[in-house]
Amino acid sequence: MTRITDLPVEEQVLPGNRACAGCGLGIGLRAILKALEGRAVMTVPASCLTVLGGMYPVTSVQMPWVNCAFPSTAAVAAGISAGLRATGRSEELTVLAMAGDGGTADIGIQALSGAAERNDDLIYLCYDNEAYMNTGTQRSGSTPAGARTTTTWRGKRENPKDVPRIMEAHRVPYVAVTSAAFPTDVYDKVAKARQMRGLRYLHMHTPCPSGWGFDPALSVRLGKMAVECGLAILYEVERGAFRLTGRSAALAKAGRPLEPVDACLDAQSRFKGLDAEARAAIQAWVDERWVEALERHERGR
Amino acid sequence: MTVRIITGNEAAAWGARLARVQVVAAYPITPQSPVVETLSAWVESGEMPAELIAVESEHSAMSVCIGAATAGARAFTATSSNGLAYMTEQIWWAAGARLPLVMCVANRSLAAPWNVLNDQQDSMSVRDAGWVQLYCRDNQEVLDTVVQGYRIAERLNVPVMVCYDGFLLSHTAMPVEVPDAAAVDAFLPPRPQPLQIVDPADPRNIGPVVMADPRRDADGVLRGAYLELRAAHHEALLEALEAVPEVGEAWARATGRPGCGLVAEHRLDDAEIALVAAGSLVTQSTLVADLLREEGLPVGVLGIRCCRPFPAAAVRERLRGVRAALVLDKALSYGYAGPIATDLRAALYGTPDAPAVYGAVCGLGGRDVTPEALAEAARAALADARAGAVERPLAWIGRMAREEAR
Repeated sequence: MTRITDLPVEEQVLPGNRACAGCGLGIGLRAILKALEGRAVMTVPASCLTVLGGMYPVTSVQMPWVNCAFPSTAAVAAGISAGLRATGRSEELTVLAMAGDGGTADIGIQALSGAAERNDDLIYLCYDNEAYMNTGTQRSGSTPAGARTTTTWRGKRENPKDVPRIMEAHRVPYVAVTSAAFPTDVYDKVAKARQMRGLRYLHMHTPCPSGWGFDPALSVRLGKMAVECGLAILYEVERGAFRLTGRSAALAKAGRPLEPVDACLDAQSRFKGLDAEARAAIQAWVDERWVEALERHERGR
Repeated sequence: MTVRIITGNEAAAWGARLARVQVVAAYPITPQSPVVETLSAWVESGEMPAELIAVESEHSAMSVCIGAATAGARAFTATSSNGLAYMTEQIWWAAGARLPLVMCVANRSLAAPWNVLNDQQDSMSVRDAGWVQLYCRDNQEVLDTVVQGYRIAERLNVPVMVCYDGFLLSHTAMPVEVPDAAAVDAFLPPRPQPLQIVDPADPRNIGPVVMADPRRDADGVLRGAYLELRAAHHEALLEALEAVPEVGEAWARATGRPGCGLVAEHRLDDAEIALVAAGSLVTQSTLVADLLREEGLPVGVLGIRCCRPFPAAAVRERLRGVRAALVLDKALSYGYAGPIATDLRAALYGTPDAPAVYGAVCGLGGRDVTPEALAEAARAALADARAGAVERPLAWIGRMAREEAR
């Protein structure tokens, strides 16, 4: 595993960009682009990342960047990939599609599923801040149960859609879950994906101070707490082989029960007022997924 | 040059092949499907060296074209009807991003209710999106217009929609001169550099958020905002009024076939009434005009090949001296009038001695437009024109009078 001091010094994301204070995406993006060493073209739909990228005629990201319509990310990326192949530049440039959780789990899933079925040559990275944060914190298919959003005022009733598992069902060469709170984990997974061909799917858990309701100084801590309690699980599935990675692998190896979800939930105002029943349901959902991950880690599949 | 007996869809596929299209996005919809079926067969057999992506929807078909064209490739797709409606978001995107795509539309009615047959409601419904829209009279024009479309698109950095009537042309075989590859290569060189290049050495944010007011760039230059970009797009489309005929003439020089321009005319010089139409109705109207001429009726035809940009100056000039124009629209802006009739009225407004413009709707959902019905409509229009009628209610050609029980 790469150490933080080993990451390339050069930054493709300029300081002073338009991301909110404490934005987890800003942290993760730096690691992603370092791993691509500037030899990539991004495509980005309407999302927080569009805002981070800046407004014409200036931009904060020093990489070719193609904006696209909300549902079209994976298809535009497939088109860029085909266009680069047709013009003899596919070896030189990696195509990185990068969308939020709404743009991936909801409106973008048709195009993503199509690209995955065709195994188009691109990296698709979903940064999952667990709601439509750019438009003012409306619930998405990736919002966890219990979370209050501007369209679930009393807390969302449904558990989130498991997009990495949906992508696994397409049997693409690489599926990984990472967290912006662990930049070296992000870096390593993007660096590995970059060496592969076909559709590579990465899912980055991304703390959001304004949408989750916590002090912007605590983004990394919140992201780490989510992994400690199993709300987010770091793993990768490489050509069908499953393994826990990073902190989640260490937690599995330690063999102790995970932290209860309570501290992580209590640190976010979006979970304020959860009753005991809802809290227990979230814990049961987390336990079920963690047991399943441990079993898969053991089995290697 | 080889003469082949081919359908409009095959002519479209030949146009894409001769244009050396590099990326094809393929998704089926009746009556366009044979275009992408033919291209798939050629790509699989190696006859056509292109990347073909069999997408999962029309929205993604246009998205793939947008991505491929942004990366610098020559991209193509084809659609019809609800497929065009489904990709409408991306129709606007491709135009606003100033991408030189060519897309064929085998014209078909829009649901509901379901109907797979011809009218022009689909492409007419996106005429404001900022594409050049060209309508073809016959299969020869389909092939010619696809190839010419790339030269127009790549000169102006605007996309070009090549429209031809579903079934009437898409599935009807007729002789088509297929030019030699060398002649087409001389006419259409490889795609020039895109307006904005994807290059890590000079990274650009392509199609970003643009605010309402001009802002300064990193060098302190005040750059235009959304309104200025849209104005530039409009001006580029207006340039097509020159580019379309010029490219038609260059095609005539390259292939030895008469070129096509903004409009087509037939026996207008001494006409009292002009039939105005787009697509295969132009061919049909020409035959009807000849029949009526035999009866001694002074009827001519004005075919609108280029609907966007609308050739206002050309139609004003061609209709000078005509008493009335009978516009045969295969589409309708529900609650108002047919789209070509509306545009023609606007183009003629304020012109001294402008002809009256009579609107007629025909052929919706594949309703047969018979020569007899067209002739009857023309006779009635001529009578009204001679009686001095300036306005008439919308006429429905071929509409049954009322439903009757057996």
